[in-house]
Amino acid sequence: MSRNQELTEGIIRGDRENVVRLVREDLEAGHGPVLILNDGLIPGMEKLGDQFGRGEVFIPELMAAAKAMNAAMEILRPLLEASGVEPLGKVVMGTVKGDMHDIGKNLVCMLLRGAGFEVIDLGVNTSAEQFIEALENSGARILGMSALLTTTMNRMGAIIETIRRAPFGEEVRIMVGGAPLDEDFAAKIGANGYAKDAPLAVDRFKELHAALQP
Amino acid sequence: MGDGAMGTMLQTAGLEPGDAPERLNAENPEAVRSVHEAYLQAGSDVITTNTFGGNRRRLALHHAGDRVFEWNKAGAAVARRAAGAQDREVIIAGSVGPTGSLLQPVGDLHFDEAKNDFAEQCAALAEGGVDVILIETMSDLEEVRAAIEGARAVGDLPVFCTMTFDTHGRTMMGTSPEEAVQATVDFGVQAFGSNCGNGPGEMEEIAEKMIRACRGVPLIIQANAGVPRIEGDQVVYEAGPERMAEHARRCCDLGIRYIGGCCGTTPAHIRAMIEATKGSDGKGAEEG
Ligand code: B12
Ligand SMILES: [Zn+2]
Repeated sequence: MSRNQELTEGIIRGDRENVVRLVREDLEAGHGPVLILNDGLIPGMEKLGDQFGRGEVFIPELMAAAKAMNAAMEILRPLLEASGVEPLGKVVMGTVKGDMHDIGKNLVCMLLRGAGFEVIDLGVNTSAEQFIEALENSGARILGMSALLTTTMNRMGAIIETIRRAPFGEEVRIMVGGAPLDEDFAAKIGANGYAKDAPLAVDRFKELHAALQP
Repeated sequence: MGDGAMGTMLQTAGLEPGDAPERLNAENPEAVRSVHEAYLQAGSDVITTNTFGGNRRRLALHHAGDRVFEWNKAGAAVARRAAGAQDREVIIAGSVGPTGSLLQPVGDLHFDEAKNDFAEQCAALAEGGVDVILIETMSDLEEVRAAIEGARAVGDLPVFCTMTFDTHGRTMMGTSPEEAVQATVDFGVQAFGSNCGNGPGEMEEIAEKMIRACRGVPLIIQANAGVPRIEGDQVVYEAGPERMAEHARRCCDLGIRYIGGCCGTTPAHIRAMIEATKGSDGKGAEEG
């Protein structure tokens, strides 16, 4: 097995210790951080993400992989930045007001961090005002909102309207998610994107981020 | 026969969206009692206390972590009062839901901390007069074990447990119905089963799997009325009383002893389910 394949397998198994060891050794051997990330770590997350989508692995496996990924990113991030790779940008995330479900949102946060985003997680029960304040203070222009209840998902439209009325509101790219939502609903309430699970969410966040770049 | 949903019914009775339903046990017990009475009138033999989110971690999200004892005891007591007005025997099941946090190693919550929270809640339910502890909507076997050990640590009430298999036929943590039955029987529950999920159709498949693996332990099935969807401004659950009645009959034929409803079911559903299973053989649901 090649070094990269070993890394990929390490991520899939959620073997954090081995992943960290392999990353360190590869760096010492002179491999570049970008290649380690793109050819070793990311393929692992992608494969596991597909398996999660098909119901072949579940939350424990995805969490373990995300933890291994995050540990590797801790090592790589400063090197990536030093070599001029722009960080992927900031995302504000939260579960909307009246809703206490956060397992899915937390998974999305973990995978976003693993992918290189900086995530400002506002937790559960988040009001439009709190979202606006966090966007304002952080300068982030990407927002993710989660809702698991039919009652709270029905209030997402009003939250989006309030955010749009903020001075920078039209610039904000808004992703929504949670089990009862779908693509149509997201479009209807004026969101910029939707994803049905955490691995797909990362892809959509990356697209939104790329589209925001001048 | 068990009962149906509580939360959705309380919402119509003045529960603020997002607030802890357990608050009403102390502050508006009459509202809770009238939901119990509606299910008793429909014919439920088991009623479930309004304490699903009554553990310390969940109540702390509503800044009410210090009300665990009061609200759970009150929840048990109001169910007991509603049952006392009946001229037949009614069983009070003390509802115990998940902590809402993932246990180690997947998440951060320590097993002993979870166990202590469950013990605290179960002690209050016992004090309020429940007949059994009903651990519900569980996804993680470690959390189930913490809940069972917590219940055992403070008393000797029977312990029932139901898990939710809503992700490709497994719990969201990946546990299959067969694995769940095996493990919980080893943990020593008096009855095991499934609640909530993706509606009666999937539930019947889950029931068949559990029947084959249950080693004689009585089984519980409390399906929700399908997955809710939005029509205009209305939330509609796809399974009406007729579909749930058919479901109850199928579960009964499979040999399920304790059948009830979960989210989206109402006294009308339960009434239809009882009607549909009346007079079925000894395994029938009416014994509850
Ligand atoms: C676990 C759970 C709970 C736990 C939550 C623990 C926690 N810390 O989150 C507890 C027990 C606390 C709970 C409480 C309640 N729950 Co609940 N719960 C669930 C359950 C079983 C699973 C949710 C879950 O975590 N799934 C696993 C995660 C990984 O999936 P996910 O959340 O969908 O997230 C994925 C995607 O949606 C997406 N995603 C998520 N967020 C985002 C955000 C963005 C931006 C993007 C792009 C993608 C994305 O990526 C994630 C990973 O792949 C669901 C049933 C279900 N199948 O959804 C019911 C469910 C959501 N609950 C329900 C109900 C009714 C309740 C309660 C009202 C019950 C009560 N009587 O107290 C309370 C409400 C409390 C409140 N105010 O919020 C109902 C809602 C029905 C309705 N009409 O809306 C459901 C659907 C059960 C049912 N079948 O009826 N619940
Ligand atoms: Zn339910």
